[in-house]
Amino acid sequence: MQMQAPQTATAAREAVIEVRGLRNQFGPQVVHDDLNLDVWRGEVLGIVGGSGTGKSVLLRTIVGLNTPAAGSIKVLGVDVVNGSDEDRQSVERRWGVAFQDGALFSSLSVLQNVEAPMREHLKLSEHLMSALGQLKISLVGLQPLACGKMPSELSGGMRKRAALARALALDPEIVFLDEPTAGLDPIGAAAYDELIGELQHALGLTVFMVTHDLDSLYAICDRVAVLAEKRVYVEGPIEMMPSVDHPWIQEYFTGPRARAAQTKTDTASTES
Amino acid sequence: MAEPSLTIEQSSNSTRITILGELLTRYVGDVQPAFDRISADLPDVQLDLSKLESIDTSGAWLIADMQRRLQHGGATLQITGASPAHAALLDTVTEHLPAELDADAPERGIKPFLISLGEVTVSGWQGFLSALAFFGETLAALVLTLLQPWRLRRAALFSQMESAGLKAVPIVALMGFLIGVVLAFQGAAQLKQFGAEVFVVELIAISVLRELGILLTAIIVAGRSGSAFTASVGSMKVQEEIDAMRTIGLNPIEALVVPRVLALIIMMPILGFIANMAGLFGGALMSWIDLGVTPGMFITRLKETTDVWNLLVGMIKAPFFALMIGVIACWQAMQVRGSAESVGQHTTASVVQSIFMVIAIDAMFSIFFSELGV
Repeated sequence: MQMQAPQTATAAREAVIEVRGLRNQFGPQVVHDDLNLDVWRGEVLGIVGGSGTGKSVLLRTIVGLNTPAAGSIKVLGVDVVNGSDEDRQSVERRWGVAFQDGALFSSLSVLQNVEAPMREHLKLSEHLMSALGQLKISLVGLQPLACGKMPSELSGGMRKRAALARALALDPEIVFLDEPTAGLDPIGAAAYDELIGELQHALGLTVFMVTHDLDSLYAICDRVAVLAEKRVYVEGPIEMMPSVDHPWIQEYFTGPRARAAQTKTDTASTES
Repeated sequence: MAEPSLTIEQSSNSTRITILGELLTRYVGDVQPAFDRISADLPDVQLDLSKLESIDTSGAWLIADMQRRLQHGGATLQITGASPAHAALLDTVTEHLPAELDADAPERGIKPFLISLGEVTVSGWQGFLSALAFFGETLAALVLTLLQPWRLRRAALFSQMESAGLKAVPIVALMGFLIGVVLAFQGAAQLKQFGAEVFVVELIAISVLRELGILLTAIIVAGRSGSAFTASVGSMKVQEEIDAMRTIGLNPIEALVVPRVLALIIMMPILGFIANMAGLFGGALMSWIDLGVTPGMFITRLKETTDVWNLLVGMIKAPFFALMIGVIACWQAMQVRGSAESVGQHTTASVVQSIFMVIAIDAMFSIFFSELGV
């Protein structure tokens, strides 16, 4: 992840992920139909949508865990659907994925989990790998003590942080997060949001985040894309969402929880 | 893409290091030796980052680590020419720099050996007690089910009987058949030397009916169904399904263990009987082909010389083997903790222990029956 100047002008922005005409289908059930989406370098994009609108399927399709029925996906300029294996591998080193429950390798300690991608892709000495692994673990706010722990000994929040550390192991340009704050207590969730925001600023990451959490959307997302009716129904800054004329979006962004989340962010920004 | 490199200009009282190119994760391994060579002995080190094209956390770690190393050695490192973004990243990494690795050497000598011996002894004893307790609980639940048959989960029982029993019939029958064939073949080769070919019937009948049929069936069932029980119930344990059962007042022993153990107790004698018959059939076929003992002669000889007790001695053991396999498999499943790897370990342990226990019980029965004289 090279350091990038924060994007200012719209003209200068560069799409790191381009999804065009995506169609996903499981048997007779069509999940996505003619879905288009751009993710710009250096932004935090929040993907929201009702249950079953295929948020996680979209994430899995972009990272290549699910083959789409039609359409093209370019990540960092590489066609990940039809491209060659070498192209795909080169781009896999430039993204990191943190799954919903961490998906840490249960037979490895936290440090070994973070070292695993480095071991696979880089030629580093054991000492250097361990030092870099510990740095990543420290960056995501885990205590040094956590390095030697096994995933089954961690709490849910620690597992998510460890998963983020593993996603950051190769210093990726894009980080995919699946429901990063689901199942965390509000304080833990807020701390995690803050962490993602900090890392995004410090490391110049592009963050693709599937979430349900309105607080996260208000706190750290530059842009929000709403999945509805099998496509990206609307995308843009969160402020414009309440004015979109769609029943689900209306209910989601103007409901009591949305108002609470919005007030919280407003007070936070006036205080600071 | 430019690989990073270091240029060092040394004068009498200062050292100027310039980093060129991209200091990124993929180059860190190559460039680290160059950083390591910079020691605290160098006078007044200045690091010029103005020619640095890009940097990421691993690259920043190299600089931060060097800075710390120089500071520990009493020297200083001045960083100049860093762009604001690079400086910010460097600050973040410096702030989160993990403490130096101090590899504490593992203890040597007799003490760690004694500690681990003690731990193994205690945990072995506790494991034995817990297995015994589980065995007792299962027996109690089985008796309760016999007294109150309506409590039995029939759907679970029948589905277990199908997967552990009915579906094992082909493999058990094939195994029995092959054992019969092998015994006839080997026996014939030896007995021919004495012209005692006809005794091959007793050889096959007694060894298959008394021992091999049921013993090998039990070993197949342990490998096939015992492992399946441990893996499936163990995965449920990992998913907290067992805990969920307890919270809604379901007794996991009654809901999961009793149907499985009972299914094995019912199906094992049937499978053993099938193995026996297949063994006799295979033996008869091979005797016919190899020794010319016709099937009619085989059956007559079988009736005349082999007491029906031989069959019963074998069959009596079946329910005991079944109980042992079922209880060990379910007990191991309950010991699963947390991870997918644990499921694998306990599945292995389950198969090894049940096969061992089956053979041990078989040995005890042999002594018991020989004392009884049957």
